[in-house]
Parts: sequence; C-alpha cells; structure tokens
Amino acid sequence: MHIAILGNGISGVTAARFIRKHSQHDITLISGETANPFSRTALMYIYMGHLRLQDTELYEPHFYEENRIRRVQGWVESIDFDERKLHFTPLSKRNPLSYDRLILATGSQPNRFGWPGENLKGVHGMYTLQDLQAIEDSSEDLERALIVGGGLIGVEMAEMFHSRDIPVTFLVREPSYWNMVLPPEESQMVNEEILEHGIDLQMDTELKEILPNENGHCRAVLSSKDEEIPCGFVGLTAGVHPNVAFLRESPLEIEKGIVVDEYLRTNIEDVYAIGDCAQLDNPPTGRRPIEAVWYVGKMMGETVAHTICDKPTRYDPQLWFNSAKFFNIEYQVYGEVPVQYDGELDAIFYRDGKRSLRIVYHNESQKVVGIQCMGIRMRHEMCEAWIESESTLHEVLNQLNGAYFDPELFKPFHRAFVENYNRTHDQQVQLSQKTGLSAFWSNLKTLTKTQ
Amino acid sequence: MEPSLSITGPSKPMMGIWEKAGLSLAALATLYFISFAFVGDILGPGYDLSLLLGLYAIATASYSYGIYRGEDPGIKNDGNFFRSLTAKGAIGWTMGVFLTGFYVLLYWYPATLGLVEDGPNTGIIAVFDPLSYWIKDAPASQWFMYGTLYTIAILYLGVKFMYKYRHSSYHLIRTGSVMFFQLAFAFLIPEFLQKLNQPFFDFKMIWPLDYYAFFDWRLDQLTSSGNLGILMLVWSVALILVVTPILTYFFGKRWYCSWVCGCGGLAETAGDPFRHLSDKSRKAWRIERWLIHAVLFFVTAMTIAVLHSYLYESSDPIFNTLGLSVFFTLLLGGGIAWVLLDETRFRDLDPKAKKLGILLAAVLIILLWESQITGRYNLLFLPGHQIREWYGFLIGATFSGVIGVGFYPLMGNRVWCRFGCPMAAILGIQQKFFSKFRITTNGNQCISCGNCSTYCEMGIDVKWYAQRGQDIVRASCVGCGICSAVCPRGVLRLENGPDTTNKADEVRALQIDSSGVKWNA
Repeated sequence: MHIAILGNGISGVTAARFIRKHSQHDITLISGETANPFSRTALMYIYMGHLRLQDTELYEPHFYEENRIRRVQGWVESIDFDERKLHFTPLSKRNPLSYDRLILATGSQPNRFGWPGENLKGVHGMYTLQDLQAIEDSSEDLERALIVGGGLIGVEMAEMFHSRDIPVTFLVREPSYWNMVLPPEESQMVNEEILEHGIDLQMDTELKEILPNENGHCRAVLSSKDEEIPCGFVGLTAGVHPNVAFLRESPLEIEKGIVVDEYLRTNIEDVYAIGDCAQLDNPPTGRRPIEAVWYVGKMMGETVAHTICDKPTRYDPQLWFNSAKFFNIEYQVYGEVPVQYDGELDAIFYRDGKRSLRIVYHNESQKVVGIQCMGIRMRHEMCEAWIESESTLHEVLNQLNGAYFDPELFKPFHRAFVENYNRTHDQQVQLSQKTGLSAFWSNLKTLTKTQ
Repeated sequence: MEPSLSITGPSKPMMGIWEKAGLSLAALATLYFISFAFVGDILGPGYDLSLLLGLYAIATASYSYGIYRGEDPGIKNDGNFFRSLTAKGAIGWTMGVFLTGFYVLLYWYPATLGLVEDGPNTGIIAVFDPLSYWIKDAPASQWFMYGTLYTIAILYLGVKFMYKYRHSSYHLIRTGSVMFFQLAFAFLIPEFLQKLNQPFFDFKMIWPLDYYAFFDWRLDQLTSSGNLGILMLVWSVALILVVTPILTYFFGKRWYCSWVCGCGGLAETAGDPFRHLSDKSRKAWRIERWLIHAVLFFVTAMTIAVLHSYLYESSDPIFNTLGLSVFFTLLLGGGIAWVLLDETRFRDLDPKAKKLGILLAAVLIILLWESQITGRYNLLFLPGHQIREWYGFLIGATFSGVIGVGFYPLMGNRVWCRFGCPMAAILGIQQKFFSKFRITTNGNQCISCGNCSTYCEMGIDVKWYAQRGQDIVRASCVGCGICSAVCPRGVLRLENGPDTTNKADEVRALQIDSSGVKWNA
C-alpha cells in the first residue's frame, strides 16, 4: 500500500515515522518547502545566527533512506480524490503521484485581514523557510521593523530583529500582551521583558493601513491611533489559519480547516488530516477544534499512523500542555489555567523577578487543575500525574520538589513559593525533604499507589 | 524549485567597535608576543610579561563587552554563525593556523622559542624567566611558559564564560571549579613542589591522560622522593582504580571532564566560542568510537610494555613481571568476565566492539604469560621505549596538542576529548554502563529546534533522543550542561538518578502508551 503524506512539517514526519514503526507500507513525504524536513520552530534561530538550516533538520538524510521514507519536493496544486492522484504545479515539474491512502498535513498560513497595503513588498508573515528568506532579504539596511499581532510569533520576530540591532515597533491590539491566554500577572511579566529589550511596544493599537513608497514597497504604517510609523518591513503575526485554500473547490469537507472525526478521518475514504490544517468535528471537552500547536501535530501524527495501519485509534490528546519562550523568559503550562478567576477556580501566584509559578485549584475540592510557570522549569510527568490523580493543593505543595526541573545548583524557586503561600494564607505546609529525581520517583510511587 | 539557501546572515560583518577593538588588541598582543622570539626582552625583565598579560586582559574585556554588553542574563549565541572568528571565517582560520604552528614549535622546536639547555634562555621563554624565578628560583622552560599562558587563558576566558552564563549557577560553579583546579593543581602546586625540591606532580592528572604516570623515570623519581613520592605513587594508582569509578558512578564523567580536567578546562573556557563547530553526523560518531578506543588500547598496551621492561630485571617478590602479569590478568580477565556474564548491563554494547575488546584484552593476557614463561624481554616484540616514543609523538603531542587545541576554531573545542583522550574513553565506558548520570528529557516537549545538538561540544546529536522523549546516556557526554542551558523549552536536565541500568530505555510514546513498540532506528 502506498501512503502519501502531503506536508513534511512535524505532523507529517511524525506520521511517517510511526507508520514505518508499524508497517512496511510505501511512504512518500511531499513538500514544496524543503527536501529535508526541518524544525519550523527554529526559523528564528537561523536568522539570529544561532543555527544553520541544516542544524534544524529533524534527521540526517540517511534516516529517511534507511527507513524507506521517500521524500518528494514539489508543490501540490490539486488533488483528484476519485482517481487518488496528486497533481503538482507546472513549476514543480513532477508527474501526478498516485496514492492508496493520503494524509493531509498542510499546516497553516499567517492571517491577513484585508488591511490596505498588506500585499506590498516588505510585508511578510513567518511560517515557511521562504518567509524567512524574505525577512532576510528585507533586513539589509533596514532602519525599523514593525510587527503586528500580540502572539508567540510576534515576540519571536521582535527577538530576531533585536538580535541584529534593528529597531522594532510592536503593535498589540490588546491592552496587554497575549492577555487572552495569559493571566494579567504573567502578561505583565512579558510586557516588561519586551520593553526591557528596547522594543517600542504599543498596546491597544491596531494596524490601519500599510503605506507604499514609489517602488510598491512598504514605507510606513498608519496605526489605529493615526500615527504614521516609518518602517521598511511589516511582520504580520496576527495568528494563523489552516492552509487549505487549494482544496476549497474539492469534495473535501472544509470549514475553517479540514473537518475530521475523532479518528482524524475526513469525509473522503482513506483521506486523513492532521496538525494545523485539521479541524476536529467533535473536540474533546475543553479543547478547541483547531489547535495550531507543535505538540498537537506530533500527537496527531502518531495517532493517525495507528489508524492508517489498521489499528483504529481515537485522537486523545489528554492533558493540555504548551511551552514558549519570550526573549529570556521560558514559559510552560499544564492543564487548565484561566485568565480570570470567578470563584469556582482559584489560583496561587507568586513572582520573584523573572520567575513565577501559578497553581490553579478548585475552591471547593482543593483539587489542582492547572500549573503555569515562567522563568522556571517544571517536570512534565509530575505535573500531569498531580492533575490526573486529582491531587489537592496541599499535596502538590508538599511534593513540589519532585517537579523541580531547573538545572542543578539553581536556587530553588519552590521553597520561596511555599513560604509565600504559608505566609499569605496562614498555613504550615512543609516541602518534602527529597529533591530532584528521587523526589519525583517517590512522589510518583505514592500517587500510583493511591489511585 | 530548490529553496534558496542564501540565509547566511547579514552581508555586513556583525562586529561592533568594542568587539573589533578586542580582537585587534589581541592580535597586537600576539604580535608583541611573537616579537620576543626575535628581539627578546623589550621593556626589561618582568615588564614585558606584565604588559602582555595586561593587553590580553584588556582585549578579553573589550571583546566580551562588545558582544554581551547591554544584554540581560540569558543565552548569548546571536550571530555565532555569522562571525568570522566563530564561523570558520578568515579570523577563525588565522587563529587555527597560528595555534597549530605554536604547538609545533612548542613540542618539537623549543629552541626557536628561546629555550637554551645550558645557559640563560633567550627569546620568548626568557620573557617568562622572571616569573619562573619568582615562583621557584629556576629559569623558565618551554613548559613553564606554556603552563603560564594556558592558566591565563583558562582564567581570563573563564571569567568571560562566567559573564556570558551569569544566569546559570551550574555554569558559574563549574567554571569556578576548572579555574581553581588549573591554577592551584596544574600550575601553582607543581611549581612550588619543584621549588621545594620535590617531584613535579599534578594531583588531578590521571593515567591514561597522564600517560607517563607509570614510566620508568617517573617511578624512579617518585620512589626516590621519600614518603611524599610514595604517597604520590599510591595516589596515582588510587585515582584511576578507586576514585575515578566511584565518582563516575555517582556523577557521570563530568566530575572530571568539565569540572576538574585541564584539557576540559581550556575547552570549556577558551574553547567555548567554538563548541558549535563539532561534527554531529552519525559518521563522525562512528569515527569517534573507533578512534578513541584505539587510543585507549594503544596507551594500555604501551603502559604494560613499559612497566614490563622496567620490572624485567627486578627480583622483588611482588614488583616483577610475574606480579604485573597476575595483576593485569585479573584486571583484564575480570573485565572480560563481567562483559560476558552481565548481559543486561551490556545489552547496548555493539557486538563487534564487544568481540574486538575481548580479543584485544585476551591477546594482552596471552602475551604477558607467554613472555613470562619464555623470559622474553620485549613484551610487544618492540622495545618499550620505542612504543612509548611513538605514543608520545602521535598521541601525546600531535593529537592532544597540535590538533586538540590548534583545531579549536575549525573542528570545535573538544576534538581531543572526543576522538582521542583515553581517559575520556575509560570514563565513557563507566558512564555508559555503571553510572547514575543521564540527561533527562522532559515529557514530549522537545520542539526539535537543534540548539542542543548544535551547541554540544562533543558532537552528540542530543535532539535525536530528545525529540523521541528519550533520556540521553552517551559515553562521550562530559556533562557541561550547555544543552540544557540553550534549550528554549527547558526540556533537558542533567541528573544523577537512582537507577543505573535502564536509564535511556524508555521511548515515551506521545500519548499512546499501550503500543509497546520499541523504536530502534
């Protein structure tokens, strides 16, 4: 059987890898972007000179050869679902490719909201390697870059330009950075971090119009505050949407993304969709239909591999987690961490400079439902075990040492966190004595015993 | 269709005024240093060396200020692949050629540096005489000059490294440690010992890195130096047979390679800007495994042969070739037996390597007993001193010095530690099979960015394991902790765990843990 995978991002590659684990099917991995899959999340580090493109490649070429994963470079223009054939653009110079089963992993595209001037030269999102190339080309003699959109890619882009001493103006629609995801305290920490790096952060400000020069290149931006900001580059980072435009006219059921059931099957037999481009018809409780997140792509890739190899497996992402980095502040989140607290849920938050920890719990039952940290590192398995075993706040505080994942010899944040809790809540919680791995193992043992 | 690969960074060199000033000053100081070879003292005894070291201090400070200025604590790898010095550009190559040339003169033509065997030194070495007289009342040798510069490099660039990683207490303490061991153990204590008419002895140097630890002249020297000499000899034996296995069991090889060792010390401080130049390919890993274990066998055979020659004429009931044969039969035979019997522990051992290792150990045992019975003098059919000379030339000088340091700007800062050091080979075997040390991967949070692999000075493809959620247990890991530091998602942590056998077995399934399939590609 021949399985074609359209898109060689993390979803597609993970699917290919796991199909090979479970079967001897022929696998073809198709992408116009690069021949050798690389890590999209590392684009910023290439620009900053930390890495070269080849350093970001997921595997050396021999991996694909030895695992018989054929790589085809070319852009697919249309899909004939009846004939089960992929047709490439004329420029790709490739014959149509037949498949028996198809996985669509076409990823996302940066949002453009019909802003005047959004198609001018020097206006780019950052998703593909080609985008990065365009940013690189625009950077020569650039006097100011302007970034629109207060999400994760926006901060990455700001950090990129900052690394080359190019001044940045950063327009954020909301009154505080990423405040629909981060509670006010954490959001404020990121605001401060951005400002500390000399970024001209303008909140409550939107893009109104991008103004051209005589060569059709952007020269300035008119903000919603009617200020004209001169800039030779505009970065559009106001979110992404599924990259499905070329499939709109096909019999494939598409809403925002390609609609899939819990087995990641589309409405067409033997066609599956995973990663950023997939829209879950019936998402698990508390989860969104489209989650354009690296880890989701990875999990979907693994799941679909099982189903394709005739071991139908439901997509079950389990506990939500995510991570990011805002300049020098790392961020991790596990479970449910709301922005506002209405009484049913409550949180303990403690911040010390650029480090903070938030533990979210049910007011009534005291059960912990979410953990979020900035500038410190937490152990994934431990956080997951607490939340899944419904540990209470005091149990978690007592066992906090076991989730310690900062490098050795770092000043432990957890002690200060618990001391602060005891002081502010008039409590006497003690941290267990063990630290590091041994604390983790003993906690895990206790939790599995009680379950 | 081919995507353009012209993402090579800004066309203008990324070099600010302070950085330029630092590099220029360093080049100037180096020219000043070279000029000693032709004109000797310029300013008078003591002044030249002070000025030289002062210039290097200012150059280091200026360069560091130039690249880290105004940056708050955090990872500072901006532009590493764009800079001439750190991306194998003209400055990098110049430095590589200069360092290589310096080592060639140091090892084989010390006279060009001004060493005079019977008379006052001239040239470069004469400039170091005042310091040498001040410390030990004796003229400088080329090794005194080298030791001084080596120590200065670790101290100056150690401070630079600490400034760069000031957000990480692990790196601050670790760097403090290598600076201390270099200054006190490698430089001051041995020099003072000489002043006190005692043998030159570095208490942290361990056989087989210290390959002359059991040479005849060393044994004679130590056995004729009273109680202190005997203590030194006992310490040398204890270091490799007792101290090393115990510390490596608890902490991994890092206790030595990135906390104590002088070669490691230079690599971690002066070599830090070049760590991303190490080759991460599987091919390089294969070469590494062959080469480093070949050197280990070479040094073992050489040492046994030299000891054999030394003990050949002894009639002492223990310290003769019979004692030697018994000792190494027990040691090597014990090793063979362990590998054969403890299958669980050695299950990851490459079958080819296993066979070859057993074969070579067996050959040594057979030769020992064959020469014992026949009374043959040359254990390895060649005179011990000849094998020793070859080792000294090929490994001791060419590999560890000329290539090991000279190639920093071209092949990364751990060429010697990774491909050649027999001590690292022994520690690596212990780390792989008998240690609590591992690098833990946090859940499935790896984003495959490649920072860990790129900045691994030992050329380990850390990402290969991390992106599969697997803990990393590699013989070559020196535990420098940079992978953990540069990981933008905080996925990696160096740990000494409770278990020692299945540290890296688990490949964490992303969310389907019932599959139970093991991925061995």
